[in-house]
Amino acid sequence: MKPAPFAYKRARSTAEAVAWLTESDARLLAGGQSLIATLNMRLSTPSLLIDINGIGGLDGIAQKDDVVEIGALTRHAQAGRSDVIAKHAPLIARAIPHIAHPAIRNRGTLGGSIAYADPAAELPACLLALDGEVEATGPKGKRSIKACDFFKGLFETALAPDEMLTAIRVPAATGQTRTGFAELARRHGDYAIVGLAASARADGKGLADVRLAYFGVGATPVRAGKAEAALAKGDVDAAVAALELEPPDDLQATAAAKKHLAGVLLRRVAGQLLEAR
Amino acid sequence: MHEIDITLTVNGERVSERVEPRKTLVDFLRDDLFMTGSHVGCEHGVCGACTLRVNGEIVRGCLMLAVQCDGATVETIEGLSDSGEIADLQAAFEQRNALQCGYCTPGMLAAAQDLLKRGGVPSRDEIREYLSGNYCRCTGYHAIVDAVEAVAQARAGGRK
Amino acid sequence: MKITDDSPPVLTALDRPNSYIGRSVPRPNLARLTQGRGQYVSDVTLPRMAHVAFVRSPHAHARIVRIEKAAAEKAPGVIAVVTGAELAQVMTPWVGVLTHLKGLKSAPQAPIAVERACWQGEAVCAVVARTRAQAEDACELVEVNYEELPAVVDPETALDPQTPVIQPTLGDNLCFERKLDVGKVDEALASSDAVVETTFLFGRHTGVTTEPRACVADWNPGEQKLTVYHGTQAPHMMQNLFAKHLGLAEHQVRVITKDVGGSFGIKVHTYADEMATVALSKLLKRPVKFVADRIESFVTDIHARDHRVKAKIGVKNDGAITAFEIDDLTGIGPYSVYPRTSGIEANQVVNLVGGPYTCPNYRAQARVVFTNKNVMCQYRAVGHPLAVAVTEGLVELAAAKIGMDPLEIRRRNLFPDDGYPAQSASGLKFEKLSHHESLAHLDSMMNYAGLRAEQKKLREQGIYRGIGFASFIEVTNPSAAFYGVGGARITSQDGATVKLDAQGALIVATGVTEQGQGAESVVAQCVASSFGVPIERVRVITGDTDVTPYGGGTWASRAAGIGGEAAWQAGKALRANVLAVAGAMLQAKPEALDIRNGKVVDAVSGAERLPLEELARVAYFRPDTLPSGIQAELVATRHYVPRAWPFAFTNGVQASYLEVDVETGFVKLLKHWCVEDCGTIINPQLVDEQIRGGIVQGIGAALFEHCLYDESGQLTNGNMADYLVPMAAEMPDIECGHVVSPTADSELGAKGAGEAGTAGAPACVMNAINDALRPLGAAPLTDIPFTPAKILRALGRI
Repeated sequence: MKPAPFAYKRARSTAEAVAWLTESDARLLAGGQSLIATLNMRLSTPSLLIDINGIGGLDGIAQKDDVVEIGALTRHAQAGRSDVIAKHAPLIARAIPHIAHPAIRNRGTLGGSIAYADPAAELPACLLALDGEVEATGPKGKRSIKACDFFKGLFETALAPDEMLTAIRVPAATGQTRTGFAELARRHGDYAIVGLAASARADGKGLADVRLAYFGVGATPVRAGKAEAALAKGDVDAAVAALELEPPDDLQATAAAKKHLAGVLLRRVAGQLLEAR
Repeated sequence: MHEIDITLTVNGERVSERVEPRKTLVDFLRDDLFMTGSHVGCEHGVCGACTLRVNGEIVRGCLMLAVQCDGATVETIEGLSDSGEIADLQAAFEQRNALQCGYCTPGMLAAAQDLLKRGGVPSRDEIREYLSGNYCRCTGYHAIVDAVEAVAQARAGGRK
Repeated sequence: MKITDDSPPVLTALDRPNSYIGRSVPRPNLARLTQGRGQYVSDVTLPRMAHVAFVRSPHAHARIVRIEKAAAEKAPGVIAVVTGAELAQVMTPWVGVLTHLKGLKSAPQAPIAVERACWQGEAVCAVVARTRAQAEDACELVEVNYEELPAVVDPETALDPQTPVIQPTLGDNLCFERKLDVGKVDEALASSDAVVETTFLFGRHTGVTTEPRACVADWNPGEQKLTVYHGTQAPHMMQNLFAKHLGLAEHQVRVITKDVGGSFGIKVHTYADEMATVALSKLLKRPVKFVADRIESFVTDIHARDHRVKAKIGVKNDGAITAFEIDDLTGIGPYSVYPRTSGIEANQVVNLVGGPYTCPNYRAQARVVFTNKNVMCQYRAVGHPLAVAVTEGLVELAAAKIGMDPLEIRRRNLFPDDGYPAQSASGLKFEKLSHHESLAHLDSMMNYAGLRAEQKKLREQGIYRGIGFASFIEVTNPSAAFYGVGGARITSQDGATVKLDAQGALIVATGVTEQGQGAESVVAQCVASSFGVPIERVRVITGDTDVTPYGGGTWASRAAGIGGEAAWQAGKALRANVLAVAGAMLQAKPEALDIRNGKVVDAVSGAERLPLEELARVAYFRPDTLPSGIQAELVATRHYVPRAWPFAFTNGVQASYLEVDVETGFVKLLKHWCVEDCGTIINPQLVDEQIRGGIVQGIGAALFEHCLYDESGQLTNGNMADYLVPMAAEMPDIECGHVVSPTADSELGAKGAGEAGTAGAPACVMNAINDALRPLGAAPLTDIPFTPAKILRALGRI
């Protein structure tokens, strides 16, 4: 299908983009890998597309003290090649190769993925598992929103209608950081049936600060609190039993299958977390 | 809705056109420039038939707008072919019948060349994974993997 | 018959010097395609061409109360907004029935629905505009008032008295019914040592050709001629149908088929959308283009394989199969598709179950019922994947029940290689097959014993691998028995015209068509060999009803066996014509001469006598120098139709080796093998590639592909993200081997090979999964596709 007609403007700055956002029924065009598909299918019919790809300074990757800051326009491919991310945000490095395919990763952005908040996407879960935050910029300036406050519902985030996501920040990995990532997809590159992004801190022979963020199991990525506690005590079986996920049936799998697979993933990810670095 | 003037380089040729914002890059190439070598298979970025190069990177032509390509360098199968860049890959595809109907082939060649440009000799599994975003209904992929593997080996061996 | 592998085969009675028969010559037309210089119908543009988009019913079943066109007609770029009632003035409706499928009934179908929409996606109004985008914009402005009607969605209850009848003029929802009862099934089952009874479910799926359906229709009132650029497999069939339903004579219609981005049977059928496009061109007196986008394709391309088969097999402890019994139910769309009908798939299931085996006791019942879902019709391997899955599934379940090796039970029941001609229980006539030789070849190719040992060892480590097989027969080279006898104007013969040009090259026009399978190349190889020129000097023209001999196009794997034979004969006939002239020029007897490598030579010594270019120069430009009375005829046409056998059956056997992750239910395909006997092989590489492509399509059916309808008849996964086609990362390497049993019905002896891969793959993947899970006590899986959820359920994990 062809998109319905829309107007198009290229923003030269974040302020300009944000000002136009308030004007009318507008959408921001970053990577466009989700947006343009929905436009092509006429599932979305904005009257204005604001192209933010030309805004400078939004695609940096930097480690500042104990934080890794990633500009919202950073392409997945760029993040996948980044030494900073490989070293200081290894969970994201683990997730990137699972995102679609090379041609999509060349255009898709980390900011776009997180702002779009597809429940089966990898990066929102990674942000949640890392207890990261997003930087949102609106007409009144910037604010930070923690990951646990950001994902509100199906494709719904805490971004106000006049705000643009401009950066994501995650704690830089330390020598004690342990990460784990696994997803099950019918075909390589597909959205996950179920996925798990996990982070923890090595504490002697065990784990502390365990954070398990599942994706593909609900409207948003979901933390498995009780399982985290059991895993911190070193009991993988108890962790699996403590999973309280209520996934819906969807086209790819039944709720029962997703629940079972979530448990399988937990065992595999637990193994990764417990691996010595 | 207003149209927008864009100027871009397509296969080395400078092109200036006026387009509607909603026109995708692949439709612009096919309809406005009559470069029908890039194909449309799904218009939602999944089948890979529209894979082509923008600023040196492979992208889905159906998931970019022509207006986004103002000032960009676009290379389609016609350019990749005429420049000779993928001559060995094309020859290998032809020798091994790694194409039947040929509709997925321009996108498949663009993706394969992207992999091969990284150098080295990828394993068959690595080739399959890299091409996992390009749908082929005719070949069942085996001959395509054979062709890409053979070219990788030949290039690594210094022969062209 | 000899076993051949990748080394060059020994030539048979077709021995000609420099013969291309049996050689893997690269296809001459591939460079065009790798350069992006193909000409697909979706690439065609004509002056004044307009684009059509259709308003489609969102309901599975609804009365069309009113259509408001005014707003749409005023939209930018719009040329016309046309309803079904208006188009009915230009084009007559059609009915998809064949007389040899007794009792098959269907209601008339119009190019655009008139009173009722009968499936979600059926077109209810057409918008023609300057661009496709403008047509789509205007479609949104068309207001259609629908009165929703109850939708028939479940084939199991389609014939119940309380279920609404979709087409009241037909009386019920039964399209076609067939019964067969041969031998003494009840006695045989009663005397069996073991009986296996199960139900096979086959998920509805579809072709997903990479290039969607496309056509450009061009009615020129000045010439009173209709030209249709159509991505069709059967141009002459479409020529007849366009003419018939527009009230034209066939010679007023020209169908041109250029490059086609995949067909697999999807593009051999008559679609309402394309018929409407053609009618619109006549109405508007200008070219109109239709390209189905992917979303439309999913709801309008024919679907296939939606069957429930209850099945039974009886077996003795010594492995002898005593009986087969099936009860097949399939739910098609609201119309039987035209002109090949939607009864053929079920008819084939009945014909083909039990096919490779000598068992004489067979009872079958098949019912084809109408539902309010998308139409269904022939798709690659028509009926074979179902019949083979049922047969081979039952055979391996029976083997497991009596504790016999699956290859051993086959050896005890397959038709013996020296027992031909033979006939199956269902009446299929076999000229010569090679089930046992093929099986032996497969056994050694895959190192079966080695794989079993590996499987055993890995099981002890908790790794579950499975090996599954499928023996099969395949229908190829169909005679008029397939369609002609039923009254359809679908030709089973084909023709080739070969002409020597003024420089000594050959131009061949053939009635078979090319969709990537290599028909052009095969025809070139046949002509180059029988005439005697290097293949570089042969150019093939296909897909143009004004230019090629009257032919059937491509379907039922006929291009090589039938098209190739016509080309072979035409090459021979032209050689005779040329040698008659050469003889006159050289004062020699034509029988003492031959043509080799583009030169007229002495037949015995091979000494060159005259280059073809020279002969052509004289014949065309200096006939004054020829002996008196000589009229050079440098063109020849030959037609061929199989006469001795209704179908040229082929046979083969496939194996799948896979690993099931019993924690996740995911299947990893490790390797796949196929041994195929398609008679004389003209181009081994092309045969192997047809098999590989077909196998992957069958794997798609086995593991991934399913058109998912909800209770209200809505297709819920009609896009490429949710409908899963096989992609490279999940597919195995596929090894092919061959046995050669030529048919005597043609000089070439070639049968077809295009569908064998698809016929056998779902069965052997199913058998391999069940083989992997058997030691775990899992209930056998017979519900295709085998998703992780189904496997987990069979294992009792969920």
